[in-house]
Amino acid sequence: MTEVNPQQVSTPKADETGKAKAHAAVATPPGGGPRFSLGAIGDIPHIGLVLALVILAAVGLVTVPDSFGTASNMVSILALAATIGVITVGATFVIIGGGIDLSVGAVMALASVWATTLATQEYGPWVMMICAILVGTGAGLLNGFLISYGRMVPFIATLAMLVAARGLAQRMSNRKTQLVGPDNQLIVDLSTTRVLGLPLLVYIFAVVVIIGWLILNRTTFGRRTYAVGGNPEAARLAGINVRRHTMMLYALSGFCCGIAAILIMARTTTGSSTHGDLYELDAIAAVIIGGTLLTGGRGTIVGAILGLLIFTVITNLFILNGLNTSDQLIAKGLIIVAAVLLQRRSLNAST
Amino acid sequence: MEDISREQSETPPLLAMRDIVKQFPGVRALDGVDLDVRAGEVHCLLGQNGAGKSTLIKVLAGAHQPDSGEVLMNGEPVKLTTPTAAMKLGVATIYQELDLVDGLSVAENVFLGHEHATMGFTRRGTTNAATRKILERLGHGEIRPTTEVGRLSPAGKQVVSMARALSHDARIIVMDEPSAALAHDEVSNLFRIIREVTAQGVAVIYISHRLEEIREIGDRVTVLKDGRTVAVGLPAKDTPTNKVVSLMTGRNVEYVFPPRPDGGFGDELLTIQNCSVAGMVRDVSFSVRAGEIVGLAGLVGSGRSEIIEAVYGARKFSGKITINGEVVKPGNTTRSVGLGMGLAPEERKAQGLLLGQTVARNITLASMERYSTLGWINRKKEAEEAAHLVKALDIRPPDPNRVIKTLSGGNQQKAVIGRWLVGEGRKLLLLDEPTRGVDVGARAEIYALVRKLADEGVGVLLVSSEVPEVLGLADRVLVIREGRIVREAGAGELDEHTVLDLVMDAHPVTSAPSHD
Repeated sequence: MTEVNPQQVSTPKADETGKAKAHAAVATPPGGGPRFSLGAIGDIPHIGLVLALVILAAVGLVTVPDSFGTASNMVSILALAATIGVITVGATFVIIGGGIDLSVGAVMALASVWATTLATQEYGPWVMMICAILVGTGAGLLNGFLISYGRMVPFIATLAMLVAARGLAQRMSNRKTQLVGPDNQLIVDLSTTRVLGLPLLVYIFAVVVIIGWLILNRTTFGRRTYAVGGNPEAARLAGINVRRHTMMLYALSGFCCGIAAILIMARTTTGSSTHGDLYELDAIAAVIIGGTLLTGGRGTIVGAILGLLIFTVITNLFILNGLNTSDQLIAKGLIIVAAVLLQRRSLNAST
Repeated sequence: MEDISREQSETPPLLAMRDIVKQFPGVRALDGVDLDVRAGEVHCLLGQNGAGKSTLIKVLAGAHQPDSGEVLMNGEPVKLTTPTAAMKLGVATIYQELDLVDGLSVAENVFLGHEHATMGFTRRGTTNAATRKILERLGHGEIRPTTEVGRLSPAGKQVVSMARALSHDARIIVMDEPSAALAHDEVSNLFRIIREVTAQGVAVIYISHRLEEIREIGDRVTVLKDGRTVAVGLPAKDTPTNKVVSLMTGRNVEYVFPPRPDGGFGDELLTIQNCSVAGMVRDVSFSVRAGEIVGLAGLVGSGRSEIIEAVYGARKFSGKITINGEVVKPGNTTRSVGLGMGLAPEERKAQGLLLGQTVARNITLASMERYSTLGWINRKKEAEEAAHLVKALDIRPPDPNRVIKTLSGGNQQKAVIGRWLVGEGRKLLLLDEPTRGVDVGARAEIYALVRKLADEGVGVLLVSSEVPEVLGLADRVLVIREGRIVREAGAGELDEHTVLDLVMDAHPVTSAPSHD
């Protein structure tokens, strides 16, 4: 009785052909064989980004041949990219995880101010660096707590942090720029000491990028980040602790802000409440240009870093060519729009 | 105002659908449906899930185009090419999830899309006055046109949806399970509105599973089965329940169920004691043994999915749920997975899948720890595991690295179930509508898979709207209605007719006027 439904009316033969048909339909899905894989989809925007960088470099070599191609200019591009670059790595995690962190610039400023107060500086450069990282991570944890457990919208929670962290930084520093003291030159050495022609802070940037890439692509934490951003309900029902994971993502972003604070102290030899103004926008723009979906679940660190380099090279080109900053901003705006439009085309083409 | 005579057998019906056919890839959803609706009547549409009701009302709403057949209004052929065209012809559809904007006022909602405006500036006075007039016509002058819709009760929103339909001068209003979200006293209010509207010559097409409601509000009934009309224009008040249910049952479906094993089951695995979920489930107790498939039969909104979600710890509940003696904690799905449970959720795409990711990553999502050390994933082992399952479950095409959204529903479902089969040790599988949107061939494979797992000692809790599926696959069946278990029996002791009767709240003893 249970083997075949008693109410079955169709003949066995019809049944078989029906089944065969269903199988055939399954075996040849729309679009034929495995024409593309996730890797290929990811590769297309990267090729576009690399091309854009090459074109920008060519423009530089043609318009300012004496200055653009020099080693010192290349070093200064990388040194400039390093600070926002570290922040961008954290922002990539948050955005793939379906969130947004507007507070990165302000948190970096607060960390730089806290680390350069006279009280902190007394303890030496290592404590200053640890202090910067702890302040950044702490602010990130607070963001994450408000969002995960306080159920606040990420935009609002981190906007509040942006304003408040900036204010706290101004209060702590009395709106004065705090110099890194002569006893703590170890921090400044990060930008002045060179290995193989590159300042140490560029190596720090590179290490952060590599570790970030490994975490995102080779660990359970990275996998879960994609799952939490792509479909939080599915992630929850698969047994992933979505709230705790979300909180960790913001803490990670804050941690990156702390490292960025060390780099900016090294480069400018100061801690200041004005550091990192509008960094959040540059970081988000870089992530978006790099092909990460603002709705979460999809994106790459390599893309984000390429996006950031494009931005930095544009800034560099405008300065070398003596063009004004207003035009530079217009160009950046156009690039964001163009990048997103091109990505949508390649996305549609592949799906 | 036009006055409507009671009987209009001479004049052509307000709406006539003739021999409507609609084919979807792999499914013939409508296979020659006829529908006649007269002005001023409440015409009920009955049929089991998958009988073609939703497709039919989508054709009527202009959302689907039929492959053949014709639609006549007052005897004139019409084309319902778009939702706007349908609306212009006077067909308004009120879907189950009301499509109102909570942040706008009642009046703004009523006239959304066809605002009274001059040069783009809305004329609020005119809009509010017009809305007030419609609300009064519905007997709900107490609802202020300026009130924000978000502040209204579900019943109040129902009134606003109705007012919106009337603002389009609708002659036919289609209501898809309008009572599903309403409390009992609100339903009588809904009926009052329906009577007011039909008294003015508007026809209402009413879809519901609840036979008692159909008796109370309906004039005539059309029954669908397997995409065909099996009965037209039955009198709603005095057609015996038995007859209606017989017409709906005995669907011509090609289900092939695996044989049940002869042996008994293992020890008690899952115990549910006095479990309640606020507003949805009331004081439910039952258990599942190792190797046993227990089926929950019930309508949408009966509480069956809530029971499954509570068992999984995905929903707040009171009472006690234990698996192998370990207590399930509400809100902690991580713990539930750790205790050996796995869930294939009702909404496969929204709740189950990472659509943009590969089959492999969807399969390994819940078991990454198995092949990772301190968070570092051993990708070779992971790939082997995924490839093994793709092969074992016969997922087609057999490519673990394919993006899952390109697979058919049946193969996606296999991957969702496969997620819980990585490694050994899964003790209890919770399957919520496991064959929704799955073609016939893959259905049989899923049934065979579920039975095989049960034979290996896995307990299974199965939810399905399709009664034959529950009866064919489960060992024991619990019939759920209004959050309670109304019948518990071995699958062999029940038939489709009995279960449908129980499920639709139309037990012959209480409501059928004749027979038995």
